[in-house]
Amino acid sequence: MSRVTFTIDGKTATAEQGQTILKAAEAAGVYIPRLCACKDLVPHGSCRVCSVRVNGRIQAACVQIVTEGAIVENESDEIREYRRNIIDMLFVEGNHFCMFCEKSGHCELQALAYRFGIAAPRYRYLYPKREIDLSHPDVYLDHNRCILCGRCVRASQDLDHKNVFQFVERGCRKRLQVDGEALAATDLRVTDEAVASCPVGALMRKRVGYAVPVGRRPYDEIPIGKDIESPGEE
Amino acid sequence: MKQATAKVTGEICRKFGNDRTRMMDIVLEVQARFGCVSPDAMEEIARALGTHRVEVESVVTFYAFLSVKPQGRVVIRLCSDIVDWMKGYEEVAVAMAKELGVTMGETTADGAITLTRTPCIGMSDQAPAALIDDVVVTHLTPDRARQLVRDLRRHLDPHQLVTMVGDGNNAHPLVRSMVRNNIRHRGAVLFADFVPGSGLRRALELGPEGVIREMKESRLRGRGGAGFPAGMKWEMARNAPGERRYILCNADEGEPGTFKDRVLLTERTDLLLEGMAIAGYAAGNATGIIYLRGEYRYLLPFLTNAIEQRRERGLLGRNLLGRKDFNFDVRIQLGAGAYICGEETALISSCEGLRGDPRNRPPFPPQHGYLGCPTIVNNVETFCCASRILVEGAPWFAAMGSSRTTGTKVLSISGDCRKPGVYEVPFGITARELIEMAEADNAGSMLIGGPCRRMIGPERFEGRICYDDLATGGAIMIFNRARNKLEIAEHYLDFFIEESCGHCTPCRVGLILLKKAVHKVVAGAGEPSDLAGMRDLSNFIIRTSRCGLGQAAPNPVLGALENFGDLYSGLVTERKPGLLPEFDLSKAVVDAELRAGRQSKYV
Repeated sequence: MSRVTFTIDGKTATAEQGQTILKAAEAAGVYIPRLCACKDLVPHGSCRVCSVRVNGRIQAACVQIVTEGAIVENESDEIREYRRNIIDMLFVEGNHFCMFCEKSGHCELQALAYRFGIAAPRYRYLYPKREIDLSHPDVYLDHNRCILCGRCVRASQDLDHKNVFQFVERGCRKRLQVDGEALAATDLRVTDEAVASCPVGALMRKRVGYAVPVGRRPYDEIPIGKDIESPGEE
Repeated sequence: MKQATAKVTGEICRKFGNDRTRMMDIVLEVQARFGCVSPDAMEEIARALGTHRVEVESVVTFYAFLSVKPQGRVVIRLCSDIVDWMKGYEEVAVAMAKELGVTMGETTADGAITLTRTPCIGMSDQAPAALIDDVVVTHLTPDRARQLVRDLRRHLDPHQLVTMVGDGNNAHPLVRSMVRNNIRHRGAVLFADFVPGSGLRRALELGPEGVIREMKESRLRGRGGAGFPAGMKWEMARNAPGERRYILCNADEGEPGTFKDRVLLTERTDLLLEGMAIAGYAAGNATGIIYLRGEYRYLLPFLTNAIEQRRERGLLGRNLLGRKDFNFDVRIQLGAGAYICGEETALISSCEGLRGDPRNRPPFPPQHGYLGCPTIVNNVETFCCASRILVEGAPWFAAMGSSRTTGTKVLSISGDCRKPGVYEVPFGITARELIEMAEADNAGSMLIGGPCRRMIGPERFEGRICYDDLATGGAIMIFNRARNKLEIAEHYLDFFIEESCGHCTPCRVGLILLKKAVHKVVAGAGEPSDLAGMRDLSNFIIRTSRCGLGQAAPNPVLGALENFGDLYSGLVTERKPGLLPEFDLSKAVVDAELRAGRQSKYV
């Protein structure tokens, strides 16, 4: 199969025909930050954290196909600023209290904030009132922490071959909904890929708590994306 | 009760072949039958269509005209666009609410009537207006509103409210609406005489490739606002691989201040249907769908009849004009109150019975559109132009207008003017000429493309209506000098917040933050740095949002900042460092007291 050549931050790389910019960059050892994109899932293009400048236009790298000769900017000040903005927005949109959250140290949103050096969001919190669904014996759903990335929606459909989650309402009222009165009424199982797919602390296994001590959690020492930038290194 | 719901719902599903892609028709019919799509009904629909309840709920909760909770037997939707405000919306709303004994958004205690509001219903030239179920009432006054409620209480039949019908086909027995056309200026393209079948006949002489050549030579650009060359779009769809093709007409005229498609649908139906058939012939092996906005449901029987009549005359259906193997038919897909469905990929989603979420592009609709097939999506006016181009020829069309924007444009003019209505004018006309034609005294600012474009002031009134200067889909709103431009900007920011699909972060969250920033300034708590912050945030949303809605939504604010910047800067002052000006200490104390359940002894 023929390959296409493109540059990312001045570095020349090649990609498979039809590959997304995100995947092509990854193959070239360049990490493009992302939240809604996840291995094995159809890209969603919703969080916009993976925004890059392609031939002068801002595009989401997870859905944009790389073309011959494309010039991609991933690490410019402008792009960093946009990404920081989006991460800030996701923090203030929900109710995220990292210090109490069992996902701390495993959370991709928090890890991105660390990577971008965000100590506090620049916007004021919106403090929405949201629900927690504790009905399921093994899993709970905390809407306060949901960032509407749709990973569980896609994982449930495409990997688990179920249909436990979907979005309802629109605009700022858009929220995740389960297929039934509550999580317990669905056919969700704790071992489902949907549960594992959540990048934040919204969809969590019960009775795990703070199993890994601070200091040994995945993102405590190693920044998110390091595995792509320097594969094989510990 | 539950079983009865299930039975009727099941029948409705069967009527649409238990077809998942006809979900919109199904939920609309269930809504009309029961006043809501209840959880029981959603369960039944999911069962019948072989999908999940949450999928049905996802669709139902997306559209403003559908509801999970029961609504009144009659629903009054008062149009709350800025033009309606200017013409007395507030007094009408108060009168109506008082007469009904409810507040906005509520249903009367007997479950008879719901009062709610809705963005622009395409009646800005006869505002204030309202939709009562699917009946349009226009030119409302507080007195008429009260009388209307009293009458409605008596018979609960909105159709009986129509005592006087409008001009033209508005008086047609299948329309019977009080809506008026207000056609103020007839141009050479859209409002000239047309013999049904003449465009199609010429198309058959030219052959599909010839039609596309003619379209390209006419340099017709899409009339919805984006201005993509129509001939190129048709050619892309023709050349894309695929068995079937679709011709979608975008009649989801949702841009506040636009109503010209409503008039074209009412008066130039043949021109539209013929244009679609010509596109179908050019694309090859195609089927047509008209996506009609829910607000124009009152035109549905009339349009359905027009389609039927053309079938009888051999201008739609099988073997068009007797040509063997040339089949082209059209169905109408009704929308249900979602501005975003005017975005072509969202429109396709909605036609497929899904939420009206836009899609990631590429692939573009001409390659991969409705049900994955090559699809042409064009505005009503674009198809109408195509029919006339085929009759008169590309050079005739290309000779009109400005150098890079050929032909004429149908404009909807409303606001502070004596002659609001529909004007067909050649491209290249100046904003000032429009002001004169519409007899607007004292014009202080204009929206030349609705709120998705930036508001202009008198220094831009010499600008020309065309894609290279003042681009427009047709919504021209005129505001006099006394109008509060910041209020207009905030109003439309609210509109975009309400109509955002919520898919991408910049639009979903960014617009809320922008509103907070604007509000802080308007409330007098802003600092000069806040204005720069508003500009940065606006540009961020424009650049990083996924679709045209997010990419346009900050324009009301940006326009006010750019063209009327002194209005904002007059509201901000430098503050002492370390103070949060929007923090109201006494209000915070009261909040805290309420939460704690006791009074503070320090204040």
